[in-house]
Amino acid sequence: MIEFCSVTHAYGDRAVLSDLSFRLTERRVAILGGNGSGKSTLARLLNGLLVPTGGSVTVDGLDTRTDGRAVRRKVGFVFQNPDVQIVLPTVEEDVAFGLKARKIPKEEIARRVTAALDRHGLARYRHQPAHQMSGGEKQLLAIAGVLVLEPDHVVFDEPTTLLDLRNRRRVIETIRALPQKAVVVTHDLDMVMDFDRVLVLEDGRVVADAPPAVAVPAYVERLS
Amino acid sequence: MLGLYLHRDSAVHRWPAGVKMGGLLAVTAGVMTLPGAWGAALAGALGLGLLAAARLPVGRVLRELRAPVVLLTLLFGFQALLAGTGWAEAAVAVARFAALVLLATLVTLTTRVADMIDLFERVFGLLRPLGVNPAKLALMLALTIRFIPLLAEQVREVRMAQRARGVERSIAALFVPLLVKIFTMADDLAAALEARGYDPADNGR
Repeated sequence: MIEFCSVTHAYGDRAVLSDLSFRLTERRVAILGGNGSGKSTLARLLNGLLVPTGGSVTVDGLDTRTDGRAVRRKVGFVFQNPDVQIVLPTVEEDVAFGLKARKIPKEEIARRVTAALDRHGLARYRHQPAHQMSGGEKQLLAIAGVLVLEPDHVVFDEPTTLLDLRNRRRVIETIRALPQKAVVVTHDLDMVMDFDRVLVLEDGRVVADAPPAVAVPAYVERLS
Repeated sequence: MLGLYLHRDSAVHRWPAGVKMGGLLAVTAGVMTLPGAWGAALAGALGLGLLAAARLPVGRVLRELRAPVVLLTLLFGFQALLAGTGWAEAAVAVARFAALVLLATLVTLTTRVADMIDLFERVFGLLRPLGVNPAKLALMLALTIRFIPLLAEQVREVRMAQRARGVERSIAALFVPLLVKIFTMADDLAAALEARGYDPADNGR
């Protein structure tokens, strides 16, 4: 369970999130909100990439302020732009990066990398340079690099924004099939319609918190 | 020279990175000490033999060599015309470099970056008593190799954007947005490294 307790966050004098309190226990949660609403900041608070300037964020009882490393092991994070997330030049090396950082034995790394590449349809690119892949394939590679670490929760920061329709569908199917709990920050309203819960952010506050059938129309109405 | 790993099922690909780098250093020493063109001829022959054994496509290797060939041609012209070393001596010097560039390219094309990084991490480990963090240095190297094509792409993008707005040649118009993009990328990259389990405090032991 991820819990926000009176969370505020500010960059210098500029407050981005104000007094957020909620518990995320559902399998699929979406965060909607316009540009500058604080969505990406909220996403980064979920796995301790940012710590709140006020209040606390806990993941399965671990505080992101004091147990950041342990939290990041539990919560994987997929960035909007896969180019900044892909660290090593070839597909196979990049998927293995996080496993090596955790000092997992070589044989185990090889087994898990092969399984991850097969699962995400990337096996034929195994030895290819990552920079030669298409945007959608890079996003799948970024997702594979996170999921190979077997986190309990995965946070996606606008995972379909840079993709064409075909690749968007592939990424959505991948998210749907995840056994883990997922929190998805997105503008993609179609994607969230079968989610369990939607939080709508506006000016750093939650203005709607409901199932998609209620929250999405409320969000559209607020935009228009 | 920075040609990335090209996978083929060959004995050369399977040789450990240490053997290939050590061999390259030994051949470099040999080429520089053997008199006349002998060193260059032997290293060139070795390079061609390895090229065949590694089953690499000749076209791809030639593409990797394009930029070094331009540099070597300039070097040849400079040595022969301006430095006054004479055509024969300049040709030998350029042949030496060409043979070594071919061998270095073959090493990078047949060695996974991760294996190369492991090797550098072991070598940098010798400097640990001086306070050097080998894991950090090795990661720096890996990121440099990974981000060269990405930065080239950013330069192309910014140039195109400037041209679309009618600016053909302006250093400021190129570098200001490029710097902003690079700093943003660096921020995101630092967050991504952390998210993927990299611990900057880990000294690679």
